[in-house]
Amino acid sequence: MPAHPDRIGDIIARFPHVRRNSLIPLLQAVQDELGYISEEAIVRIGSHLSLPSSKVYGLATFYNQFTFSPGGKYHITVCNGSACHLDGAGRLVEEIKKILDIGDGETTRDRLFSLEVQSCLGACGQSPVMAINGTYFSGITVKRLREIINQYLEDGSR
Amino acid sequence: MDPDKELLLRLAQTDPSGLGREEREHLALLSRQVLEQPLIMVNSTTSGMVAGAGETWRAVEHYLEERNIGAEIRETGSIGLLSEEPVLSVQLPGRTRLFFRRVTADRVPALLDDIFHMVIPAELVIGQLPGNRQETWSDIRNLDNIPFFALQSRIVLEHCGIIDPFSLAEYVGRGGYSAFLSVIRRYTFSEVCNLVIRSGLRGRSGGGFPTGLKWKTAADTPSDQKYLICNAEESDPGAFTDRYLMEGNPFQLLEGIAIAAYAIGSNRAYIYIRSELKDSVKRIDHAIRELRNFGLLGDNILDSGYNLQISLRKGPGAFVCGEETALIASLEGRRGMPAPKPPYPTATGYLGRPTVVNNVETLSNLPGIIRKGPDWFRSIGQKDCPGTKIFSISGRSRITGLVEVPMGTTFDVIVNKITGGVERGRELKAVHVGGPLGYMIPPALMDLEITYENLKKHQLGMGSGGILVLDDRTCVVNMVRYFTAYVDKQSCGKCIPCREGTRRMAEVMERICSRPADEPDQSALDRFRGVLEMESLSGVMKDTSLCGLGQNAPNPVMSSLKYFREEYEAHVFDRVCPSNICTQLRSWFIDVDLCTGCSICAKRCPAEAIIGTPRHPYFIVQEKCIGCGICYEVCKFSAVYYK
Repeated sequence: MPAHPDRIGDIIARFPHVRRNSLIPLLQAVQDELGYISEEAIVRIGSHLSLPSSKVYGLATFYNQFTFSPGGKYHITVCNGSACHLDGAGRLVEEIKKILDIGDGETTRDRLFSLEVQSCLGACGQSPVMAINGTYFSGITVKRLREIINQYLEDGSR
Repeated sequence: MDPDKELLLRLAQTDPSGLGREEREHLALLSRQVLEQPLIMVNSTTSGMVAGAGETWRAVEHYLEERNIGAEIRETGSIGLLSEEPVLSVQLPGRTRLFFRRVTADRVPALLDDIFHMVIPAELVIGQLPGNRQETWSDIRNLDNIPFFALQSRIVLEHCGIIDPFSLAEYVGRGGYSAFLSVIRRYTFSEVCNLVIRSGLRGRSGGGFPTGLKWKTAADTPSDQKYLICNAEESDPGAFTDRYLMEGNPFQLLEGIAIAAYAIGSNRAYIYIRSELKDSVKRIDHAIRELRNFGLLGDNILDSGYNLQISLRKGPGAFVCGEETALIASLEGRRGMPAPKPPYPTATGYLGRPTVVNNVETLSNLPGIIRKGPDWFRSIGQKDCPGTKIFSISGRSRITGLVEVPMGTTFDVIVNKITGGVERGRELKAVHVGGPLGYMIPPALMDLEITYENLKKHQLGMGSGGILVLDDRTCVVNMVRYFTAYVDKQSCGKCIPCREGTRRMAEVMERICSRPADEPDQSALDRFRGVLEMESLSGVMKDTSLCGLGQNAPNPVMSSLKYFREEYEAHVFDRVCPSNICTQLRSWFIDVDLCTGCSICAKRCPAEAIIGTPRHPYFIVQEKCIGCGICYEVCKFSAVYYK
């Protein structure tokens, strides 16, 4: 899915007279706008900052925030903080991986679901916690998880 | 200029007695200390939203609209009771404010009906907040009398959950910004440094380095430009102190940043917030814009001749960026990898200039210290370690929440008294302090007074202040495995002891907790050797790693080996998990009375460890079983059980 050429250009135009320390804000703007860092974005940001694309790519892969493929229609975020882990977040992640056949940071082939395991969502009082596109679910069990995912599967195939 | 704005600025510069009576009354209204109409506040921080505060908010709005009631509805931060969300507070004009727990959307109409008829539903009320010239509700406890609040000293958290984080007027009306303005009017740079040195404030990020001394080194380094950086890259799982300080009272933090920047003679400050903390980013961003709008940031602040710019930077997510040199590298647009120290950032930091990096809690302490003086600060906590510390308590404690106590408070008070200990009938097994780089502390050490020195004596530390409570249904070894796996993933890979050491450590822990399908004799030997070598490996990592991540990575392993050795022995030698948490170490059985012989478990068993003939009870061959638990999941007759 090639990005509309102007969107990256527009973002770059917002950062005139840049130096190296604008690289991360630039990448973040692209991530927010496109939802992922495309190959084109890396090349164009590199030439804008006079940096080799390899350096830009190397930096982007270092940080957790950047992804390199567009996310699914439903983005699942599972908290695996210490409190959630204690209450079985690991099992939830395993279950999601099994149902949807994807790993952390991956997207299903039909582009319906993507999975992200976060280190802490900060709601340790409601553990275990997950979110789908910003809608939170708290205190979930494996059974409830299956119901939630089935619900989204139904909605998505409609 | 807008008259309200002018009034607020005047208040920040004088004390309230310098204002006329009318002005004071107007100000009380502006800062919502006196109300004209009912005020309803919803905790809209992350924990509130997860528990459904968004729906609660809409339900309140709908209720007010439908009945045509004139009342204000505002967002607020968290009062610290994270397990009682969504927390909602209501204040009627002239009365004290009431706090309610677990107000989900469906409870809103009944609750508000009751309150507007002056009836207080006892099962939902947490307590009332006493206020100046406000009539109290009878038969309702004051917040200060509830065990959770009674033993705390809420100084930094004072306004969190009470004021609207989007309103500068509420902050200024309660004494905010008077500290910063008195600093830039009355003191020189070095006087502010000395003031903070005298107060004895120490960095709250774990190291406990005296804040004033750190400033002094930077202030004394000649340079054309200096930088102040606020480290808000809080990514420890289970630590949420900084997050709720930013979401509850962003102006207090920004005032602290301004004071610190002035003290080192810098006019450029950055606040580096982990991008995942979206709610914090939103509030800080709004607060910075509001301050610029009021002329409290920018060039020539209120004609004092002092310039200050604060910029918000979002950290793209790397645990190691909590280390100051890595954070600086990330700000410069490089990979967040630490650099050897010395040179310290206070000599050559961001862009090669002297830089001070302070964390959120440290900076949030500053406005109070300036306003009430260093002697007041010294009177709280311990002599060599004054002030308070905020802990985030989670796990198996009865209350999950933010707790602020004076330095020198014991773990026992925090865990057993303030947050109510573990569930009835359960026993406390351990508390884990300080996240993935922290320490497992046994119940025997619960009476330890928390100060930097005291903990150090026992080779412990407080890290970022996350306390995870573990009861007898949890497995210490499994929890340590989780931490080592986390740190292994987060190691930046620059120095070898950390890159290789964390990987090795995670592997050893994994091997202790798992049971492979086919285990050659040698791997059993490896398992024993791994544990034996863990101690020397830890020593090497501690001595030779480049930054705090590698140096502290062995902490959970070492402290748990020291205090919970028997749990390790059960895992390593007996191959059982005493608390039955490590699934792979469970022994699985089939109940002959319940099994119908449907054969589904045998078909699904990946190790072919289940044998039998259809329509007769099946049997699990223990030697072949890998403990995956699939048979347990697929059995429709609940015939599979474990010991």
